[in-house]
This record gives sequence, structure tokens and C-alpha cells, in this order.
Amino acid sequence: MSKNCLLCGVGGQGVVLASRLIAYAAMEQGQAVRTTETIGMAQRGGSVVSHVRMGSEIYSPLIPQGEADAILAFEPGEAVRTFPYLKKGGLVIADRRVVKPVTASLGGSTYSSEAMLGFLRDNAGTLLILDGDEICQRAGSAKVLNVALLGAAAASGILGITLEEMKEAVRRNVKERFIEMNEKALMLGQEAARKDLRRQTGGHGDENDRTAV
Amino acid sequence: MEKQRILAMGNEAIALGAMRAGVRMAAGYPGTPSTEILETIAKYNDGKIHVEWSVNEKAAMEVGAGAAYAGARTLVTMKQVGLNVASDPLMSLAYMGVKGGMVIVSADDPGPISSQTEQDTRTFARFSKLPVFDPSSPEEAYEMIGEAFELSEKYQTPVLFRPTTRVCHGCAGISLLPDLEVREPEGFIKDTMRWVIFPRTSYLNHIKIEKRNVELGESLSEYKRNFILEGKGRKGIVTAGISYAYTREVMPDDIPLLKISTPHPFPEKLAKEFLEGKEEVLVLEELDPMLERELLQTAGKYHLPVKICGKLTGHTKNAGENSTESIRKDLEQFLGRQARGTREDGKDSEQERELPELPVRPPVLCAGCPHRASFYAVKKAMRGKKAVFSGDIGCYTLGNAKPLDMVDTCLCMGAGVTIAQGLHAVEPDAVNFAFIGDSTFFASGITGVINAVYNRNDIVLVVLDNSTTAMTGHQPHPGTGKTIMGDVAAAVDIRKVLEGIGVRQIFEADPLNLKESADAVKSASEGEGVRAVIFKSPCIAVERPKATYEVKQDTCRKCQACIRELGCPAIITEEGTVEIDETLCYGCGLCSQVCPFHAIGEVNPNE
Repeated sequence: MSKNCLLCGVGGQGVVLASRLIAYAAMEQGQAVRTTETIGMAQRGGSVVSHVRMGSEIYSPLIPQGEADAILAFEPGEAVRTFPYLKKGGLVIADRRVVKPVTASLGGSTYSSEAMLGFLRDNAGTLLILDGDEICQRAGSAKVLNVALLGAAAASGILGITLEEMKEAVRRNVKERFIEMNEKALMLGQEAARKDLRRQTGGHGDENDRTAV
Repeated sequence: MEKQRILAMGNEAIALGAMRAGVRMAAGYPGTPSTEILETIAKYNDGKIHVEWSVNEKAAMEVGAGAAYAGARTLVTMKQVGLNVASDPLMSLAYMGVKGGMVIVSADDPGPISSQTEQDTRTFARFSKLPVFDPSSPEEAYEMIGEAFELSEKYQTPVLFRPTTRVCHGCAGISLLPDLEVREPEGFIKDTMRWVIFPRTSYLNHIKIEKRNVELGESLSEYKRNFILEGKGRKGIVTAGISYAYTREVMPDDIPLLKISTPHPFPEKLAKEFLEGKEEVLVLEELDPMLERELLQTAGKYHLPVKICGKLTGHTKNAGENSTESIRKDLEQFLGRQARGTREDGKDSEQERELPELPVRPPVLCAGCPHRASFYAVKKAMRGKKAVFSGDIGCYTLGNAKPLDMVDTCLCMGAGVTIAQGLHAVEPDAVNFAFIGDSTFFASGITGVINAVYNRNDIVLVVLDNSTTAMTGHQPHPGTGKTIMGDVAAAVDIRKVLEGIGVRQIFEADPLNLKESADAVKSASEGEGVRAVIFKSPCIAVERPKATYEVKQDTCRKCQACIRELGCPAIITEEGTVEIDETLCYGCGLCSQVCPFHAIGEVNPNE
């Protein structure tokens, strides 16, 4: 048995660190873990995809298509791009804000958040939407979207990693002066996901119920 | 490192494995996907290891060879194209041999994801007659590198070690093992026959190498990482590296499999044992059909009636990287039945629905990158004039993208400087620019400049000095005055180097000052011989942001000149209005110099 989580975003959003934190938390639970991502040319404003696999018998660091339990998307368009990796009925947690590539500004493309979220809503098993800007503002840093997404993932229960375990991963892997801010972002992410879950399930979403989604 | 089990990237695992094997010298040149190996050694170095970013791969190889001559265990790291630069010492070193264990890590990049070529270090091993190890995972790499050191020392030969991107940049839980027992370096012992290469010694060594490789092929058949997984039937799989991991992920359990961890010298005895009784064998590997050719040779040599399927027969693709999906497809076609994890309807995944149109995200220069300003200044100064812009390897290769469109050629490290000279010889009425970064200048640009001065070739050299090796993650270099260990070093001054070479016209400018920069370029373009412009401004990742700029909406005429001219990712359009994304803006101020209506200004922090 294994759990697969795909993280996607744009260079500079902290995708890689988030994937490490999940892998670390899973490893601390005693699971075998593998991750991989693209580093180098792709970092400069390009799409960044990180694969995290946890469980017992895992060989490939890349998640096979159609086998991701969850996609954590730092940008809604990137969730659409990586959608073929999602399992049937899988969970997508996405930040609502689109990051327009400079080519879109040049070419006058009509790339919109609504179209992306609409696709995800129609096709994912469950879609949780975060307002990353608001969370970052409340946490006091523009750089904590990654950790907020982890808080939301913990709230969903889909990865089998609790918020407490995520917190421990943050404490172990993040520079000391950033820990407090990141813990706050974890909480805010959790809160936002619970709220969205409650809204969707008519009030039955609960953090103790790992099968909530 | 106090814990027994750590989450480590493949490159970290290789570094920790080398440290466990008692490495005393580690030298390399940054290059994706190999860079983190040396950085990890520097991070955990207790002072016993000499770690250095050498000026290029050839220097690293030679520094490493010296240390290995003196009996120290030595690690040399680079990416695959770096091995081309280091191939001169490598080829000779293969004949001379070493005393202390010497492992050369050359990381391959199938895809290629971040490289110029899809070359295969395993083929280089065969060409140079050296043993090569091919790990499949970070865990395996961690232990295997120690085994590579042992083999190197036992046979007194340098050994290649070639991980690929997915091994280098994949992370896994690694169980740390106790240090290996290593003897102290004995020091250099003079011996002309051993350390001075001559035609006669090379002839004699050649005989020895061929004999040794036959023996090695025999003994590597017993190596535990070359193994057979038993199965049923007369069809079998041969695989290696990361393809082994993909194969295990989807392969039905009852198919016989041969895993090869030392593609050269090829473990022929083991391969023969595997091929016997098989009708068909599918080879799953990336880059060259290396194993496929070895298996064909083995089958031919022993008259085995087995068909070897792979790249040469069109059964697998012959370019790009493999994936679980590609291997599943190859396997199913070969076996004529479904692989593991395939759905009943035979589709790869549920999600075959059409995706809405998505924006492409080509890599671009960062917001505030001084290279953008440098390119723009040259573009502005040369508008309407016949000019060719030769680029080089680094972040600034991205200057080719629209709207800058300022890189007309790019080949390999340092080539821009010399290609510009060749272009100019054929078309002397053009102004030939050669852009080169500071790290690349030191790595392989200087010889090209000397060539131009000596041969009286006409070029405008533009050094983009951002005080770091940015593309590979900000490594120090000879111009930065810092070593990989953080020690202070004498900074080599690019201007003085150029003066010493004999470049007479040298202009310096701050690229973020558009007028000053364009004027410097103009003056340089009007000169003769070798002229140089040094654009000096640190990479945005090296210095903290200066300020943030904003578009004054009451002044902005929405002409979008800023977007069309610069292509800065921080400048965006929001329903017709032009805005600056303050989270991305670095405050370089270039846009405020480009705006024809002075509608862009610094955000006043006191407001």
C-alpha cells in the first residue's frame, strides 16, 4: 500500500520544501518514502512538479499517472496541468490565485482562475480552495503558502499525516526564526480546509475523520 | 546527522557515502544534476577533506588525480558535459592509473532536462576503458560509492560513477552505516615508469588494461548488485539505473529480470547465464543502447538463439527519459499482456479527458535580473545595426526568449567567445558580440579571449558579472573571493585579467543604469579588435531586494511598452491596466527607465 501526493506550482513558491516536509513526516512514521522533482532550468518561472510517495514497497520516485491520492496545487492552472496524475475521485487542494506567465501578458491570453477552478470542481473527487493571499497576510509573510497547503492536507486526512506531525516536520526542517510564522500558516491552512470541507459536506467534515474526503 | 535514518537526496547520499568511505579530496565544477554532491561534502566537512570548486572540470580531474597519486581517496564531480571538458586528463589517467581510490561522478541527464546533450557516461566508460557504476536509487548510491572506492583502490584505476537526474534529485530515507576502514594516504612516491606517461608505458599499460577488464567482467558477474530475479517463461527483462525502479513498479512478478549495475566491464558470465534458454529479451535503459549492444555481443559470441529487443530494434524509444508509463507500455507490448497497475480497460489513467487550454511557462530571467538590463542596453545601442549575438551557458542563455531575443548562438561552455570570431571572419561588416557570465569566463572563456587578441579577431566581449554561478544554485567562483568552504580567497579581477591578456578597450557599466550602459556598448561597438564591456551587478539571489516599484495609474497610458520591451515577470496586466506584482518586484528600476511616460516609480516606504 502506498500514498502518493503530487505538489505543483511555479518556480520560487516553495514547492520543493513542502514535498520534503511531507516526506520527512512520513519517514518519521516509519514509512518508506521517495520524492523527486525538477531542478535547474525549470526553476526560473517554469512549472515545478514534485512527487512524494509513501508506503511500503515503492520503487519509482515518479508517481505513475492516475495514481496520485492528492494534488497540492500552489496555482490552479498547474493543478490542471498535472491532473492526469490524479486518481479517480482524488483530492485537489488548490490556491485560488493564478500566476500569469510573462508570455501570457505578452500574448494577451485569457487565462483565468475561474476556468481552472471550474475544471477542477467538475473533475476532481473533492476540491478544496485556499485563499493563499489572505492566509499569507494573516501569517505575516508572502512565503508561507506552501506550509498553509500542508495544513490543509493534514486537515483533509488524505495523506495519513496529522497536523501535529506536520508541525514536527516544520520544527525539524525550517530555520528557527521562521518556525512560528510557519506554524501559524499550518493552522490557517487547516482552518481554511476545514471550513471548505464543512461547507461542502453540510457540516460533517471533521479533522478526526480521516475518511472525510 | 545524529540520526540513523535520514531523508536524503541522491546527491547527498553519494556525498555521505563518499565521506563514509574516507574521501580526503573532493573537487568538481557545478552542473545540474551533480552540484549538490560537493556542497554536501562541504557542509559536513570536519576539516579533514580538501573540498574545492575547481575552475572547470579538467582542473578538478587533475587536482583529483594528484591527490590520488599521493594515495588519498578522491572524489571528482561534474555533469555529463563536464566530462567532455575533463576528457583529456581522463583518457590518459585511465592508462596511468592511481594509488588512492578515485571515483569520478559524472551525472547524466536523460531528457535532457537541463543539459545540451543526451550523452551517456556509460559509453564514455567503454571508450576510456574504465569501470562504471550505475545506481538505481539514492539508497543504492549511498552504499555503491563505497564499493566503487574499494574497486578503484584494488585495481588502482579511476572508476566512473554515473547517476542520472532522477537518482541525483530523488529523495529517499537512508539508513546511515558505520564508516568504512580506510588506510591513511601514504604520500607521493616517485616512480617515473608509473607517473610519467610515455608511448612505451602506454603500450604496456594498454595490454594490462585489456587483460584487467576481462578479469573484471568475470568478477563483476559475482557482484551482488548485478543480479538475476528468477521467473517463469522464455521472455526476460534486462534493465539498469532508474529504469530498474520503473520496471519493478509495473513488472508482473513472474518475469525473469537481470539488473546490471556495472555496465562496463560488462558482467558477461552473468548475462550469458540469463540469456541461456530465453527466446526474447527486452532491454530497458535510458540514453545509449549500451546494455543492448553488450547483450547482442554476448548472444553472438556464445551462439545463443535469443532475440535482443530494445532501442536498436525499435521496441523502445531512443531519445528522452523513461517513465513508469513508457516502461509499462514497452513491457505490455513485449509480453503481450497487462502490466501491474494497468486498469482493466488498458488505459494508463482515468484522466484522459481534454484539459482546458493552459499557458506555457517557459523558463525566464527572474524579475530584477541584471542580465535583462544588460541585454536590453545592448539591444538598444545596436538597434538598426548589423550585429550577431553569441551567447553561452548559464542563466543568460534565457536572454534568447522574447521579447529580448538577444541570443543568436549557444553551443557549450565558453564557445560564444570563439564562435563570434568565426562568424566575424566570414561577415566582417557585422558587429559580433559574445556574452559570457563570470563563472563561465573563468571556466573556459579566457582562452577564447586570448585567441581573439592573438589572431587580431574583432569582437565585443560582454562579461555579465553577477558575482556568482547563478544557474546551478549560486556557487562561489574565482572572482567572488570566497571558496566553497566559505574561506576568504584572493578574488581574481576580470578587468585585470583582460588587461593582462592585452584587451585595450575595456568599458565598465552598471547594467541597471540604462543610459550609462547603452553608451558603453555604443562606444565599444565602434572600436576595433577585442573590446570588452563588463556589466557588473549582483544576482538578485545574492543581494536583498532594493525597493519596490509601482505603476502610477493616473500617468500610465497603457501602451505596455514595459511589457513588450522587457518581459519582466513582475509586470502584469490586470483587465487592461498594467501593474507590478510587488511580491516579485526586486526594485531594479529598469522599467522606470523604459517607460516613455515616466509612469513607473519607486514605492515610497513612508507612505
